[in-house]
Amino acid sequence: MATPPLLEVDRIIDDRRTRIIVCCGSGGVGKTTTAAAIGLRAAERGRQVCVLTVDPARRLAQSMGLSSLDNTPRRIEGIQPGGGSLHAMMLDMKRTFDEIVEAHADPARAAQILANPFYQSLSSSFAGTQEYMAMEKLGQLRRSDEWDLIVVDTPPSRSALDFLDAPERLGRFLDGRLIRVLTAPVKASRPFGKVVNAGLTLMTGALTKILGGQLLRDAQTFITAFDTMFGGFRERADATYKLLQAPGTAFLVVAAPEQDALREAAYFVERLGEERMPLAGLILNRVHRIPSTQLSAARALAAAENLEAAQTLESAQGLQAAQGLQAAQTLEAEGNAVAVAALRLHAERMTLIEREQRVAAGFTSSHPAVPVMEIPALPEDVHDLDGLRRLTSTDRLQSPR
Amino acid sequence: MTARDTDWDGVRLHVVTGKGGTGKTTVAGALALALAGRGRKVLLLEVEGRQGIARLFDSPPLPYAERKIAIGQGGNGDPGTPGGDVYALAIDPEGALLDYLQMFYGMRSAGRALTRVGLIDFASAIAPGLSDVLVTGKATEATRRRSGSGYAYDAVVMDAPPTGRIGRFLNVTSEVSDLAKVGPIRSHADTVSNVIRSPQTAVHFTCTLEEMPVQETLDGIAELRAIKGIQVGGVFVNMARPALLPRDQLQSPPDQDVLAHALKGAGLPEPGQLAADLAIELAEHASRVGLQDRERADLDAPGQPVYELPLITEGIDLAALHRLAAELRNQGAA
Repeated sequence: MATPPLLEVDRIIDDRRTRIIVCCGSGGVGKTTTAAAIGLRAAERGRQVCVLTVDPARRLAQSMGLSSLDNTPRRIEGIQPGGGSLHAMMLDMKRTFDEIVEAHADPARAAQILANPFYQSLSSSFAGTQEYMAMEKLGQLRRSDEWDLIVVDTPPSRSALDFLDAPERLGRFLDGRLIRVLTAPVKASRPFGKVVNAGLTLMTGALTKILGGQLLRDAQTFITAFDTMFGGFRERADATYKLLQAPGTAFLVVAAPEQDALREAAYFVERLGEERMPLAGLILNRVHRIPSTQLSAARALAAAENLEAAQTLESAQGLQAAQGLQAAQTLEAEGNAVAVAALRLHAERMTLIEREQRVAAGFTSSHPAVPVMEIPALPEDVHDLDGLRRLTSTDRLQSPR
Repeated sequence: MTARDTDWDGVRLHVVTGKGGTGKTTVAGALALALAGRGRKVLLLEVEGRQGIARLFDSPPLPYAERKIAIGQGGNGDPGTPGGDVYALAIDPEGALLDYLQMFYGMRSAGRALTRVGLIDFASAIAPGLSDVLVTGKATEATRRRSGSGYAYDAVVMDAPPTGRIGRFLNVTSEVSDLAKVGPIRSHADTVSNVIRSPQTAVHFTCTLEEMPVQETLDGIAELRAIKGIQVGGVFVNMARPALLPRDQLQSPPDQDVLAHALKGAGLPEPGQLAADLAIELAEHASRVGLQDRERADLDAPGQPVYELPLITEGIDLAALHRLAAELRNQGAA
């Protein structure tokens, strides 16, 4: 089995040139917790860290001793002294969008935009808005220069790829030619006469059918108001995109050792390559480990079955031997029952571990150059800073499989 | 053919949600198989374009067309009773929009032309929630579709978006009503909403016995209960690990000498070291069982029916899926 290069997270967080770490991957693989654990580790190794999460669940906040997170970075107490600090915040996409509007428009115009029904929907539920605003916030944090390392996890998108696509899509949409053509009637001064042809009429006709005329008018009003005060949504998307491509950024793809998660991870790795985004490696999260893998699943099961067979035989003889089992025999029977359970448990764990190793090897054989780090599964969930610390503690990471 | 009482007898549209990574697609697939007993015809829907259903049933990628993907088992372990058919469909917003245009305006070909110029992207961008309406619209259309004297499908199972998005996904009317006060899309949304907020629809939650998924499930149940008319269905605990020893025995660590003696009796080498290693595994198992028990109690709290599916360590294949389906039927989920 090919061994992948080791992903050394400490080297990445100790390198002062690393300014942004992006944790990405499909849903349910522990991205948010991993991002928090890395942020904490970096802070305790002397970095000034801000963790930006897009996960609305309260769990991250609680594990860091806050009741909830909001759109402002909050300082986390209880960091081991070493010159570092940790802040955490949760992206409120509507709030962030509102702030952009307020910052770029005079109060009257801002109020007009904020009240527009189309804007309200766009800012609270358009599929790409969260990703776009996450990027916007990341850019703001980076520009503020208050932190020397920002750790961000990506939105729980339908697919990991949405994270890269959505900002561009929203930008393209708001800057797009189609929207400009369709909003033309409002901008009466522009000479759009030549463009309006049969195809366009068909298009607006269909759009009116699908959406209704009033919706289209709201959109037109919004675009016009937005356009004059704040052109270039796409430019902003491009700028953040470049920020992600810069050498100070490290992408960590997080996956659980399961087929679906690793398939998504593989897509992501390939996509990052295509986009020339700096991939640092793969974090294999929740890998199961046991003290020793010497005894195979098959042998453990066979031994368990032997013990059970012997036990059945003995108890049958015991019945024949009239009165009851002696104390020593009872003890032995109990020992056997525990041994059977332990061996079955071991067989189950071994099967699971072998399957995990198989899917991980599948990933590595198609992406041999991608460094990998394994985070062992914890028997209990993470509740506090200690739990987060344990996730990335070096002795756990280096324990042999 | 006699109808057996199940927990969801009046339900025809089963919406399966759950936190990512809890096996939502697996549970939806098993539920579809379980419902497809006794000659019943079931449609399994995918809405997120991942082709997870095709992978689950080991079939080529699903097109935007309803196609037969599996055969359910006969009723109640009786080999003489015929199984039903499971059909599958991967809904994408584009296909659903074309259906919509065709159904209401008879303009399928114009729709095709519009897709080519990127109108779908545009339309779903300009009206957030539009694609959700179209997708749920397709699902409710399949649920209501008639064939002869009865329904085309006896049940429809939807592998729905994750818990974090499900409220918004199903709450189509309010999503659209902010935008479109009147107009065709509004009335379409109202029709869809009438089906979703009726006793024929139930929203089930997939969950594992871990803190975060349980918390998310409880939050999700509370969120849906607050939406008028939506029926919260069952909680499907997935990947549960059975306790291998009685609880009281798990609580105290095993006597390693006794364990070593038993292992030696089984002919295993280095019984002393092995006993020490296995004791660690047992301790971890005990703490996992304890955690599972606590989470199970939390899941019982809302009072929804709870079903439990075992962890299948070898991974999920068609045989495993049938096993899970049988489990669901035994527990009364189908």
